Amino acid sequence: MYGTTTFTHVTDPLAGEDPAKLAEFEARIGRGEKIEPQDWMPREYRRQLIRMIEQHAHSEIMGALPEGKWIPHAPGFRRKLALVAKVQDEVGHAQLLYRAAETLGKSREQMIDDLLSGKSKYSNVFNYPTPTWADTAVIAWLIDAGAIINQNTNAQGSYGPYCRALKRICYEESFHLKYGYDSVVTLAAGTARQRAMLQDALNRWWRPIMHFHGPPDKVSAHTEILMRWKVKIKSNDAMRQEFLDQYVPKIWALGLSVPDPALRKDPATGLWEYSDPDWDEFKRVINGDGPCNRERLAVRRLAHEDGAWVRAALSRPA
Amino acid sequence: MTTPADTQWELYEVFHQKARGEHHVHVGAVHASSPAMALVLAKEQYARRLACVNLWVVRARDITASDYADADMFEHATDKSYREAFGYRVVKKVRGIEARGEHEAES
Repeated sequence: MYGTTTFTHVTDPLAGEDPAKLAEFEARIGRGEKIEPQDWMPREYRRQLIRMIEQHAHSEIMGALPEGKWIPHAPGFRRKLALVAKVQDEVGHAQLLYRAAETLGKSREQMIDDLLSGKSKYSNVFNYPTPTWADTAVIAWLIDAGAIINQNTNAQGSYGPYCRALKRICYEESFHLKYGYDSVVTLAAGTARQRAMLQDALNRWWRPIMHFHGPPDKVSAHTEILMRWKVKIKSNDAMRQEFLDQYVPKIWALGLSVPDPALRKDPATGLWEYSDPDWDEFKRVINGDGPCNRERLAVRRLAHEDGAWVRAALSRPA
Repeated sequence: MTTPADTQWELYEVFHQKARGEHHVHVGAVHASSPAMALVLAKEQYARRLACVNLWVVRARDITASDYADADMFEHATDKSYREAFGYRVVKKVRGIEARGEHEAES
């Protein structure tokens, strides 16, 4: 699972690049060919991809935390097994993605260090708490649904190793989505208390879900270059529309309500309208001031430090 | 407390075989401190779900690869259609013979 990154603006991303090589690179992408690690690429392409794939990898291991917390409390053995499998998948996805990012020249250790020091970001949604079992169900269904839309989109990108990793990831995410949907439907079909717990969780998660695909993209020459290079494939708003189109009807079909009175599909434009999801809150949380940022990083750091002896022992195989 | 410095373990490319008789297919890579450990990690990472009967792990540094920049070495200098099935228009020739045969039978 993963949320869309935002791209920083630089003054001239193409300064100092060889025009002939650049033209050849762009022609290759234009023909739909993938770029491989050993190929020439503009510095800005490399920089943005490292940033994006690294952030995606961090989101996978950090995303394991809010759900992992519920493994000991899962209602029933089958759900416990499924949740263990899902969390294992998320960590595996991080591995695949760190590997893809490494091919661009940043080591896995550097990336982990940057995560722990707070220099690198991860998806905002994982800085929110999961107080009930229904929260994990909502994450597994709707956050993973958002992630699948995002990842299927990015799988059409131009960087070969990232696309190949995403294909494997999307295949596994389809289980997460189905498992999450099953968990939500079970609660929706349950007792009045279970339905209320589910509705409360959806109310808590709706805003982070609306934040998931990132703020509306600024129209800039820079965004245009990233689109041309197929680093970015669709705008954040386009992905959010896709998500709403696919999932709001399914949410309503379960008798749940979405906590946004302005949410409706405009029959004339075919686009969803919604209230402003408070992008200031989004920025606040990204910059470290969310309800769980400190807790999540502390747990990650503890796991990393506690695991040091295992890595040291494994470094000296018999 | 400072984070202990890790060592970046060696890279192993992973090849997965889904059934006996099939090719081993490259699926990705793992970092490991020994080939045996690479196999364990490869199983966890690449054989969690789909059928697998055999895995190969190969030290990435042991792979010698051609360069994409040299892709023109795979271009053919001359027409090599004689190597291909489509290079032979046999049916057309047979039709010619058949047409002649019919003509002779009629006369």
